[in-house]
Amino acid sequence: MTKTMPKFLPWLLGGALTLGAALAHAADTIKVGVLHSLSGTMAISETTLKDTVLMLVDQQNKKGGLLGKKLEAVVVDPASNWPLFAEKARELLQKEKVAVVFGCWTSVSRKSVLPVFEELNGILFYPVQYEGEESSRNVFYTGAAPNQQAIPAVDYLMKDLGVKRWVLAGTDYVYPRTTNKILEAYLKAKGVKDEDILINYTPFGHSDWQSIVADIKKFGSAGKKTAVVSTINGDANVPFYKELGNQGVSAKDIPVVAFSVGEEELSGIDTKPLVGHLAAWNYFMSIKNKANDAFIKDWHAFIKNPKRVTNDPMEAHYIGFNMWVKAVEKAKTTDPDKVIDAMIGIEFPNLTGGVAKMLPNHHLTKPVFIGEIQADGQFDVVWKTKDLVPGDAWSDFLPGSKDIIADWADPKIKCGNYNTVTKTCSGQNYK
Amino acid sequence: MPSRTPSRAGFFALAFALLALFGASPARAADDDSVRTILAQLRDADFDGKTEMIEKLVALDHPRIATILKALSDSRLYYQEEGDRVVIGLGDAADIAIEDAVSGAALGQVGKRDLDRITANNRLRSLIEDRLASLGLASADPRQRKAAVEAFLRNPDPAGAERLRARLAVETDSGIKELLWLALALADLASDDATVRAKAATALGGRMETEIRGPLARMAAEDGDPAAKEAARIALARTEFRLQMLGWAETLFFGLSLGSVLILAAIGLAVTFGVMGVINMAHGELMMLGAYTTWLTQQWLPVNWSLPVAVPLAFLVAALVGIAIERGIIRFLYGRPLETLLATFGVSLILQQAVRSIFSPLNRSVATPDWMSGTILLGPLEVTLNRLVILGFCIAVFALLWLALQRTRLGLEVRAVAQNRAMARAMGVRSARVDALTFGLGSGIAGVAGVALSQLTNVGPNLGQSYIVDSFMVVVFGGVGNLWGTMVAGLSLGVANKLLEPWSGAVLAKILVLVFLILFIQKRPRGLFPQRGRAAEV
Repeated sequence: MTKTMPKFLPWLLGGALTLGAALAHAADTIKVGVLHSLSGTMAISETTLKDTVLMLVDQQNKKGGLLGKKLEAVVVDPASNWPLFAEKARELLQKEKVAVVFGCWTSVSRKSVLPVFEELNGILFYPVQYEGEESSRNVFYTGAAPNQQAIPAVDYLMKDLGVKRWVLAGTDYVYPRTTNKILEAYLKAKGVKDEDILINYTPFGHSDWQSIVADIKKFGSAGKKTAVVSTINGDANVPFYKELGNQGVSAKDIPVVAFSVGEEELSGIDTKPLVGHLAAWNYFMSIKNKANDAFIKDWHAFIKNPKRVTNDPMEAHYIGFNMWVKAVEKAKTTDPDKVIDAMIGIEFPNLTGGVAKMLPNHHLTKPVFIGEIQADGQFDVVWKTKDLVPGDAWSDFLPGSKDIIADWADPKIKCGNYNTVTKTCSGQNYK
Repeated sequence: MPSRTPSRAGFFALAFALLALFGASPARAADDDSVRTILAQLRDADFDGKTEMIEKLVALDHPRIATILKALSDSRLYYQEEGDRVVIGLGDAADIAIEDAVSGAALGQVGKRDLDRITANNRLRSLIEDRLASLGLASADPRQRKAAVEAFLRNPDPAGAERLRARLAVETDSGIKELLWLALALADLASDDATVRAKAATALGGRMETEIRGPLARMAAEDGDPAAKEAARIALARTEFRLQMLGWAETLFFGLSLGSVLILAAIGLAVTFGVMGVINMAHGELMMLGAYTTWLTQQWLPVNWSLPVAVPLAFLVAALVGIAIERGIIRFLYGRPLETLLATFGVSLILQQAVRSIFSPLNRSVATPDWMSGTILLGPLEVTLNRLVILGFCIAVFALLWLALQRTRLGLEVRAVAQNRAMARAMGVRSARVDALTFGLGSGIAGVAGVALSQLTNVGPNLGQSYIVDSFMVVVFGGVGNLWGTMVAGLSLGVANKLLEPWSGAVLAKILVLVFLILFIQKRPRGLFPQRGRAAEV
C-alpha cells in the first residue's frame, strides 16, 4: 500500500486542484486554449506564438473582456510530438472546455489534431502558411495558402528577375512536397522545361549542406538566370544560409526565396552574407503602418525585451484572435456552431494596411509581400501585390484539386471538399 | 615632436577647410542642390525609376556620390520626415547616428523606426557595384582595378571593352592582366564576326569561371555560324572534363569535412564509451554546453579572438559538468549499462531544459570570425575556409588526445584501468579518481567539439540531439575502445555519405549508410578494430 501511494497521490491532488479551480472560474471566464510546443524542435518558433496569444488575451481583458466575462488562457505543451498534439487538443476541448484553440505550426501537427476538433466540434485557428488542399469546418486558416505566397513569389522571380532555371529545395515532409508539386505544375504550365527544374529534399535538421550548395552552384552556372525556391523548414535554414555565404553564392548570382524564413529565424544568424536573399510573406516587421508600430510597441512592452522581433504567424494570430472576438460578439455566445457561422465575412484590418476578410472556405484575403534580407535581420519590401489575394484552399494547378472548392456558407454546398464537376461532397480529406 | 605634429595637422586642416569654404563652395552649392533634387526623386521612385536616378547621380561630378551610392547599396540611406532630408545611417542599433547625405554633416541620434529606409533590390545593388567599380579602372589601388574588371566580367558591354583594351596596354600587375585578357576574350564572344567568336571560344576552353561558362553554353546552343558553334562546343567539352575532375575532388573534400565533424563529435564518446564502457546519452548535451560557452565568450570578446579563448573554456566547462555527472550518478551504476543509459538520458533532458530556461528556447547566433569565412583556392579547388579550419582542428584534437593517452601518466592509468581494473588497483592506481578524470576528459573533448559545431550549425537546446546518434554510430563502427578506429570510421562514413548523396538524395544516403552499418555489425559485432579491455569483457 505504502508503495503505491506516491503513484496516484499527485494525480489525485492535481485532479482535485484543477476541479476546484475549474469550479471557481467556470462561471465568470471564457477559456482560450493555446496549443503550441514549448519544448522540442518546434519550440523555437512556437513559443513566440504562445506569448502572442497571451498578450492578446491580456489586451482583451484590459478592454473589459468578452461578453462581460474575462478571458482565461489555458496553455498546454504538446512538446513537438505529433500524437501528443491530438491528446492535448482533446484535453483542452473535453477537460478544460475551452471556447476556442489557437495552435499548431507544422502541417503534420494540424493533421494530427484535425479529427479531434471535428469529433468534439471545437474551433482551431491555425496561423502558419501551409500547403493547402484542406478545408475543415472546425479550422480557420489564418496563414497563407500556396496562392498567397508561393505562386506570387515565383511570378516575381520570373517577371522581375527573369529567372529561367529553378531549384526547388525543401525539407522532406508534407508541406514542401505538396508546395513543390504545385510549383512544378505551375512552372511547367508556364513553359519551363524539365531539365531547368532541380528538386531536392533533405531531412529535418539537416546540417551538412556542402554538396547540395555545390550542386546548386553547378546548376546555376549553365548560362541562364537561376533562383532557389526554398521550403526548407526550421533549424536547417541556419547551416544552409551559412554554407551559401561561405561558398560565395550571393543573392546577385543565385537569389534564394524562402517561404519559411522570417524575422524570428534570422535572429539566430549573422545576416551580413545573406543580404539580398528573398522571402515571401504576408507581413514584415519593417512595414511602416500605424497599426504595425502599435503592435510592435505592445509586443515589446509585453515581452519586456525591445530586441524581440515580430513575424508573419504572429500577425495571423493577431487577426485570427480579433476576428474570433468579433464573431463571438456578433453571435453573442461562444457556442462553436454559432461562432463558426458568424466567422464568415468578418473583417479586420491587417497590420500592414488593407482589410482581412474571412472567406467561405475559411481562408483569409491577404496582401503578398516579397522582401529582401537586410544586414540587420529585417526585410525590405521590394514587391507587393496590388490587391489583396483571396486564399484558395484547393490549388488550381494540381490535376486532382482543380475542380474542388470549399464553401461553408452556401447552404447547398456546406462542404470543404466539393467537386464542381461531379457535384459531390467527398467530406474531409485526411491523407 | 609629438606635441607639434597634431597642431601642424590641425593648422593644415583648418587652412584646407577655409579654402574649401571660400574657394570651392559656390561651385559645390549648385551641385549640392542638384544632388538633393535627384535624391528627393529617388525616394519616391519605383525600382525602374531608381535605376534612372542612379545613372543620373553617377553622371554628376560630386564628391559624395560614391558614399551615397554605397549607403543605398548597404541599405543605410534613409529619408527623415522631420527635416525633410535624405540621411545616411551609421551603425546597426535601434538608435542610430545619422549624417546628412549630401553635406556629410552629423545630425545626432535618432530611433530607426522614425526613419524611412530608401530600399534597394538586387538589381540596383549590382548596378551600383558595377558603376562604382568601373570608376576604379584607372585607380592606383590594384584591388579597385581588379574589382572594375570583375564588374565588367559580370556585365560585359562593348563600350567598356575599349577601355579595358586601353588598360591592358599599360597594366603591370600580372593577375589583373590575366583577368583583362579573359574579359576581352569574353567581349569577343559577342562579336559580329564569326571567326573572332570562334577564336575567342577556343581560347576560353577549359576556363571554369561561371561568367565564362554561361555565354559559352549559350553560344554552343544557339550560335548561327556552324564553325563558331562547334568551337564553342569543343571549348565547353574541355571545361566540362575539368569540372568533372574537380567535382570528384570536391566530393572527397566534402566527405573528409563531414568525417571530421563526425570524428569531433564521436571522439569524446570514444573515451567515455570506448575506454570506460559507459553509455553516456548526455554526450550531445556536453557538446551543446561547449557551443553555448562559445556564444558566451562572444558576448564579451571580439569575434575574431573569441574562438581561441572558447576552446579551453568549453573544455573546462564540459569537463567539470562531466566530472559532476560521473561523481554524482554514473559511479553508482558501473556494470549496469541499461541503468546508466536511462540515467544519462535523464541528465540529457535536464541539461536541455536547463539551457532552455536560462538562455530561452530560441537559437543563439554565434558569429563566424573573419579568418574563418569565405573560400580559398587549394590548387584549382575552391574550399570553404571554415570547413578547412575544422578539419585541421579535428586532427589537432585527435593528436592531442592520442598523446595524452599514450604519453602521460594519466593516460597510462586510464589504459591500465580499462584493461584490468583489479590488477590496476592492486598496482596502486586509484581507480575511482581515474574514472572521474577519464570521464572528465571525454566530456571536455565533447565541449571542444561543441565549439567547432557552433560554427556549422544552430546553437540551441537541441544541438546535442542531432549528433548523438551519429556519434554512437561512428564509435560502434570503428570498434569500441579504439581511437584509430574512430578516426577511420568517421572519415569513411563521411566520404561514403557524400558519395551516395548526389545520386540518392540526402535522405536516402543517410538511410543507406545506416543499413550498411547494421549489416556490418551483424558480420563484425566489434567493429572495424576490436579491442580487448573492460568493454570487451562485458
